Amino acid sequence: MTETTITEKKKEKPIKWREMAFEERPVLAAGHRLCAGCAAPLVVKFTMMATEDPSICVSSTGCLEVSTTIYPYTAWQTPWVHCAFENAAAVASGIEAGLKALMRKNKIPKRKTNVIAFSGDGGTYDIGVQALSGALERGHNLTYVCYDNSAYENTGIQRSGATPYGAATTTSPGGKVIPGKPEFPKDIVKIAAAHDVQYVATVNVAYPKDFIKKIRKALASDDASFIHAFSPCPLGWRADSSLTIRIAELAVETCMYPLYEVDCGEYRLTKMIKKENKVPVEEFLKTQGRFRHLFKPKRRDDIINDTQKWVDWKWQQLLRLCGVKEE
Amino acid sequence: MSETQTDVIDIRFYGRGGQGVVTASRLIGEAGLLQGKYVHAFPAFGPERIGAPVQAFTRISNNRFYEKCEVVYPDIVCVLDPTLYGILGQAIVSGLDEEKGVLISNYKESPEELRKELKLNPNIKVGVVDATSIAIDVIGRAITNTVILGALIKAAEVVDLENIIKVTKKRFPGEIGEKNAEAIRRAYNEVVIS
Amino acid sequence: MGEIVGMTGDESIAHAVKLCDPDVIAAYPITPQTIMVERLADFVYDGELDSEFIPVESEHSAMSCCYGSSIAGARVFTASASQGIALMFEILFIVSNARLPVVMGVANRALSAPINIHAGLEDQLVCRDTGWISIFCHDCQSAYDTTIMAFKIAEDKEVSLPLMYGIDAFIISHALEGVETLEKREVEDFLPPRDPLYVLDPDDPISVGSLALQDSYYELKYAQEQVMINSMKTIKKVQEEFGELTGRYYNVINTYYAEDADVILVTQGAITGTARTVVDRYRRQGKKLGLAQVHVYRPFPEKELRDALKGAKVAATIDRSITFGAPGPILYSDVKVTTSNGGPIIQGFIAGLGGRDVRIEDIAKVADRAFETAKTGEEPSKISWVGVRGVEF
Repeated sequence: MTETTITEKKKEKPIKWREMAFEERPVLAAGHRLCAGCAAPLVVKFTMMATEDPSICVSSTGCLEVSTTIYPYTAWQTPWVHCAFENAAAVASGIEAGLKALMRKNKIPKRKTNVIAFSGDGGTYDIGVQALSGALERGHNLTYVCYDNSAYENTGIQRSGATPYGAATTTSPGGKVIPGKPEFPKDIVKIAAAHDVQYVATVNVAYPKDFIKKIRKALASDDASFIHAFSPCPLGWRADSSLTIRIAELAVETCMYPLYEVDCGEYRLTKMIKKENKVPVEEFLKTQGRFRHLFKPKRRDDIINDTQKWVDWKWQQLLRLCGVKEE
Repeated sequence: MSETQTDVIDIRFYGRGGQGVVTASRLIGEAGLLQGKYVHAFPAFGPERIGAPVQAFTRISNNRFYEKCEVVYPDIVCVLDPTLYGILGQAIVSGLDEEKGVLISNYKESPEELRKELKLNPNIKVGVVDATSIAIDVIGRAITNTVILGALIKAAEVVDLENIIKVTKKRFPGEIGEKNAEAIRRAYNEVVIS
Repeated sequence: MGEIVGMTGDESIAHAVKLCDPDVIAAYPITPQTIMVERLADFVYDGELDSEFIPVESEHSAMSCCYGSSIAGARVFTASASQGIALMFEILFIVSNARLPVVMGVANRALSAPINIHAGLEDQLVCRDTGWISIFCHDCQSAYDTTIMAFKIAEDKEVSLPLMYGIDAFIISHALEGVETLEKREVEDFLPPRDPLYVLDPDDPISVGSLALQDSYYELKYAQEQVMINSMKTIKKVQEEFGELTGRYYNVINTYYAEDADVILVTQGAITGTARTVVDRYRRQGKKLGLAQVHVYRPFPEKELRDALKGAKVAATIDRSITFGAPGPILYSDVKVTTSNGGPIIQGFIAGLGGRDVRIEDIAKVADRAFETAKTGEEPSKISWVGVRGVEF
């Protein structure tokens, strides 16, 4: 429990793009094998741009891991560790505890070192949720970034607990009887926030300033912090590579993936979408082939409307939590 | 590895979960260690909770020994709770040495009564003490595990009384240890052996 | 000579770990390992041990935390048993491949199902392919001593491999015995601080745990196997140094009256002690029975075992484990392969699964059966289960 929120504690520093572009930042080196238009490397890039201290990164098994560290090469310019699929949070916990003990016992020099875990939605929502919950409950000083591309893209686009309602994946195909995933995704951000850690937030690659500010807050917390990063996947979503950022914007404009933070228990909306500016969810769905069966050969208004209702309901919930009244 | 000698005393304890059977087996072992003896004491746990029958074993010897198995042929059987006779019956004394075996029991009646109840070989030495009453009297709780040890070492001098008292006080520091020590002495003096 | 202290197997491991001053302990409770971690928690919470104690939410995370802490350069200890080891199985392979000297105490317990909390060595034996050094102890003293040797073996730069060592559930884990202890100072002199093979230095970054495909995996595995094979040298060296320090000399294969024996019992864990008692009885009767305990199990001491068994007519292996549908249980199979070229007849026995008491007379029956085989010279066609009800032995 803290009296002061991270936002109050962490004096905001202006983000100067021009300067940052020329600064030596430990980000992913060029030449990694992620797909064109994949948002995952942007998630890493913006996260690492936000760091002000040395960092150790952990990845769970997934696209990001297999595409950036093909032996004997590596794209990582920070120390980087991969172990398995479901345990990025536990490995990061171990690294944090190890550094803490070694520094306390004067076995290594004392210096602030960020421990940052990157994991996809499969490794976070599903197989890794137990390790994540354990790490959050124990309150290791680490930042866990979930890049949510809403399916097991690495193994060939199977559905996960993050896959949207109605989306077609290889294990929830747009079938003749069941048109795509019949379940709504779980709310991992609320699950994380329910651990009462100091800082939990959603970020989006289309809003880099907001992204970096939030990572800075997460790193400033001396608790475990959780970041949900919306991360379009052109391959799995059957979307044009050039549309990644536009899809990411639509995710926010439709209120399907809102931008907010939970700072010491306080919900705060960081990107208000006014009623009149709120884009119908259909506009988001239409950009991606994984929803094509909702429009062709026959329009599935039932699924589209249910999605819209669900988005509206979640959005109203969030507004209430943030204490925001729609006019 | 060097040649093994055989002067091992095998003790089998019976009691119920929560009565400190394992502690009793352990305290005898710890007292033995103080006298430079070799010991191996371990429980046979099941999914026991409070009240379920529990067994524990102590092996003790002046020489190093190596066997790591349950006590099937005990020299001494020690029963903390007389209500177990109703459940386990003669199984309690199974394998007990017919010539020089010793049965120590928390028991209100005479040794002869117990001998009759279990149809014991007349060669078997029986020692009884009302450990429950002593425990309630002195310690204030019906925990008989330390009390019974006083009777055990009077009937079969496995270890010295003072060493049992020493390890008991170490295990239960302060007033509770003093009370346990007193209860052990009382059992030592009050045990009826036949 | 150090002080003799009464401790259970679990307690002796906890006390020895404390002397080794680990930086991180990450563990999840499971019967009958619990007392190891409870005592270590006591030491940390009472300020007697300066370690990060991570009370993880599963054994999978226990091993994952150990992986992370060990990569960070810390000296790491964990403990588990049975289902716990089954749950962390995936990560065991990853820890060894990363050359991390994690040390794990195991209270060897039968695997489910049916669920059972008593002795069985299969939880550790099934880890034979994980790339961990594997040692089976036979009493509380060997548990204590092996703990201290374990860190030195595992952390030796020539080795830098994880090490697990086991004690039988309850029969050792919860058994009180007198343990000759060491002084803190003695252990400090014996066990140097960990000097990691590599570190995570932000100024000199490396990546650990990369994807290695058809063009490199094969060579990496070959290299890993060479390290495992070579670790035998360090294991022996550390056993020798420990003997010099304490007068307690351990061998990768501990033998007893094996030299002139016609029949040798081959054992692991607590059964070893009972078998030794049988050897004494038989020797008093003039029967040439001997004993070879496979103390270090991985790397498997092939040469030492062959030497130990070379004069015998029959070696009777006693496995406290089962592997279904195999030519024989695990220890049997390893012994059989090792001695396939001109060794004694190997006769396999299974005993004591799920903590079934293995009595002196049970082992005597094994010995008698092996002596019969020695007389006829005929290799038995099947594995015998000692004392299983309803089946003729």
